[in-house]
Amino acid sequence: MSIYVKLAYTFLGLMIVLNWGMLMGATMRKIGARMAGRHGIPFRQPWINLLKNISTRTIITHGVMYYMGPVFRLVGGVGLFLFMPVVFSGGVDGPWTNFSFQGDLVLILYFQMFGMLGMALGAGQGGHPYSAMGIARGLAQHAAVELPLTMAIISIAIQFDTLSIYKIVEAQQGGFQNWVLFTNPFAAAAIILAMLGALGHSPFNLVKAPNEILIGPATEYEGTYLGFMQSAGAIIHVMEAVLFMNLVFGGATSWIELIVKSFLIYFWSVFVGMVFPRFKIEQSITWFFKVPLVLGLLAIIIYMF
Amino acid sequence: MSELDLNKKTSEMLAKSEANAAKAEKTFIRPEDEEREVVAPDGSIIKVNPIYDYFSNEKPKEEKPRGGVVEKFLNWARAESIWVLGFGTGCGSIEIPPLVTPRFDMFRYGVQMRPTPRQSNAFIISGYLSVKTLKRVIRTYEQMPSPKYILALGSCTINGGMYYDSYSTINRLDKYIPVDVYIAGCMPRPEALLHGFVKLKQLIKEGKAEKANEYARNFDEYKANQKKIIKDWNMPDYNW
Repeated sequence: MSIYVKLAYTFLGLMIVLNWGMLMGATMRKIGARMAGRHGIPFRQPWINLLKNISTRTIITHGVMYYMGPVFRLVGGVGLFLFMPVVFSGGVDGPWTNFSFQGDLVLILYFQMFGMLGMALGAGQGGHPYSAMGIARGLAQHAAVELPLTMAIISIAIQFDTLSIYKIVEAQQGGFQNWVLFTNPFAAAAIILAMLGALGHSPFNLVKAPNEILIGPATEYEGTYLGFMQSAGAIIHVMEAVLFMNLVFGGATSWIELIVKSFLIYFWSVFVGMVFPRFKIEQSITWFFKVPLVLGLLAIIIYMF
Repeated sequence: MSELDLNKKTSEMLAKSEANAAKAEKTFIRPEDEEREVVAPDGSIIKVNPIYDYFSNEKPKEEKPRGGVVEKFLNWARAESIWVLGFGTGCGSIEIPPLVTPRFDMFRYGVQMRPTPRQSNAFIISGYLSVKTLKRVIRTYEQMPSPKYILALGSCTINGGMYYDSYSTINRLDKYIPVDVYIAGCMPRPEALLHGFVKLKQLIKEGKAEKANEYARNFDEYKANQKKIIKDWNMPDYNW
C-alpha cells in the first residue's frame, strides 16, 4: 500500500473516530438524562456546540503556551489514533492499522500522558488559580491511574512476549476464550478498574466536572481553543476505549465491532458514574492505590514465575 | 548593591507606597494595586502597575457580522447552543435550578449552564441588582466572548420593581448593560424563563441579537452611567 493511500485511510479513520466520539458522548448524556427522567440534549448538540465555539467573534490570549495547550491535547488524541491499530483486518499492513509498529505500546502510554502535560502548561500560562488547582488534581489522579494500568500492561507484555499492540490483538483472535479477560484475569481486572479513572467519569471526574471549582484546567479557555479541546476529548474517549479493547477484549475485526465494543467499554465507566457519587481527590488516589494496584502487582507476579 | 543598601532602598519604597496608599483612598485603589517601583532580587528597580497586570485597558471593538448565508448558519448554531453563566445575581436565581429538573429540562432546547464567563454566551440577570453586584456583573459581562446575550429576569431589572426606592439597588438595567430579552414578573415562573430562551433564540436566528456590538458602539455612554452609580471604581475601564 502506497503512503498516500495509507494517509487517506488514516484521515478517514480519524474522521470516523471523531464523529463517533461526539455521537457517543451525546448518547451517554442522553442516557444520563433518561436515568434522571429528563428528555436530555438532542443528538446533534456536540456538533452545534463545536460550531458555536469556533464562531465566537472575540477571543483572548495569554501567550504562546496558552495557544499550545489545546494543540498538545489534540496531538495527544491524534497520536493515540495514529500509532494504534484500530481495526484488525488485512494483516500488519492492513488499511486500519495506521502507523503502528513494534513497540507502539510504550508510545501509546506516553501519548496518554501527553495531552494532560500540554494542558498543564497551557492552563499554567492562563494564570487562573483554579486552572492550576484543577491541573494539579488532574496530574495527581493521572499518576495514580497510570501505576496499576502500566503494571497490568507490563503483565500482558510479558504474557505475549511483545510490546506491539498488533501482536497482542493477533494473539487474542479465534474466540472469546483467547481474550486477555480470560487468559490473564488479574491484569484484565486491574485495567478494567484503572479504565474508570482514564475515561474520567464520576466518581473520578473531580478534575473537570463543571460544578467543582469552576471547570478545572479549561477555566480560561474559550472559543476556538475550547472547540479544539472538545474535538480532542471526543477522539481521546474513543481511542482510550479502543486501547482497552485491543488489550483486554480481543480487538475488533470490523468498524461495527469496534463501535459496539467501544460503546460498551465507555458505557461501563458511565454506568459506574451513574451509580457512585464523585470522589474527593485524596479518596480517588487512595482507591487506585488499593484494589487496582494490588491486582496489577498480582498480575505481574503471576507472570514472572 | 550591598544588603544594607537594598534594605534602605526597600524601606524607602515602602514609605513611598504607603504615602501613595494614603492618597489612593480617594480613588479606591488598594495599596497593593498602586503603581509603584519595586526592587528585584538582583537589585534592579522595576516599575509595576498591578492593575494592568490583571486586566487589559483596551476598548472593546465592534465586530461586524459577516452577513449572508454563513452568518445565518452560524446564528442558527449560536441559537441552538446557549451556554448560560452560572451567576445568580439576585433572588430570581432561585428560578434557574428547576430548569435542570425533569419537569422543565432546558437541555432539550440546547441551553446549558457553564461555570466560567469565558465559555458562556448568555447571562441571566436574575432579579434586583445591587450596586455592589453590578460591579461584578460588568466585569463578568466584559469577560464573556462576543456575541453575548443578556436576559433580564423579573420586574426589578425593568423599573426597580418592589425595590424601586432602595438606596442600594439599580432601577433600570439597560442604562448600565445592554439587555436582549426582558422577562417580566415578580417572580416569573420557570416556564416564563424558558419562554425567554425561546424568544432569545428567535432573535439570534433573525440576526437581531447584536447587543454586544451596541455595547461597544456606545461604550463611553455606558461607562459614564456605570461610573455615576459605582462609587468605588477600582478597576480599569475595560477588563477582558
